[in-house]
Amino acid sequence: MKNFQFLVAAWMAVWAVFFIYQLSVSTRISRLQDEIDRLKQQLREG
Amino acid sequence: MKARIPLTVLAAGLMSVAGYAALFIAPDERTMHEIQRIFYFHLGCWSAMFTALTITFVANIGWLLTRRPQWDWLSVSGAEVGVASCTAGLITGVLWGKPAWGIWWTWDARLTTCFVLWLLYVSYLILRGLIEDPGRRATLSAVFGIFAFLDAPLVYVSNRLWRTQHPAPVLLGGANSGLDPTMGKVLMISVSAMLAMMLIVLADRYRLERLRHELDELRVAGETQPRELVSALAKAPRN
Repeated sequence: MKNFQFLVAAWMAVWAVFFIYQLSVSTRISRLQDEIDRLKQQLREG
Repeated sequence: MKARIPLTVLAAGLMSVAGYAALFIAPDERTMHEIQRIFYFHLGCWSAMFTALTITFVANIGWLLTRRPQWDWLSVSGAEVGVASCTAGLITGVLWGKPAWGIWWTWDARLTTCFVLWLLYVSYLILRGLIEDPGRRATLSAVFGIFAFLDAPLVYVSNRLWRTQHPAPVLLGGANSGLDPTMGKVLMISVSAMLAMMLIVLADRYRLERLRHELDELRVAGETQPRELVSALAKAPRN
């Protein structure tokens, strides 16, 4: 198939953008959750 | 949260099926031949972007009318997901432009209005990062978001108003527009896959904003009312 590399690159680009973005959101959620848990623990302990 | 894993698997499966259908099932188009298959990913990205930015627009109005923080969380989530979808749409467009036109980019009406839309929402996100006070940040960004959304319908009508490099619309484009039935089905799968993916990311992004709000409240409460907070936390169930 002619220009197959452009087709595959386009499909991979869509995956890559969403995957990287989702990874960044998940990392930020995980960091925030840790911070919330740490703060709650700190407050419980006084 | 329990439904998240099956939904993610479903969306990823749909994306894989969409990729396979676009590359191997959809028939060749008459003038551009096989490179036209990028259309299925390209249009999917724009569908996701328009949906996300419409959600942001509605949320901006919702904030201005009610001042409920949930609207603000939804608006920033929609804007960020919209920028991600727009980025994917621009990249697929560039990858289509080179083999179809012989150039990666041109300042055509459709391409320019899309790029301006991307810039406007990147500015929206930068603006939010510059304002400390949550209420002021939500109000200013809601006003800016409503202004930014004015470019979205312009993107949609740009290749109807100005006939330049970008192809004429194939859907709802008048007498000479339309799709082969197999192409239509592949397009439906691609658009559904992208929308499913976008909604999953949007839900996660909204959760992130809710957690940020929770953390801010904990910090403020911890600084001002430590005793009351400690007793409230002692009663609250652990996560």
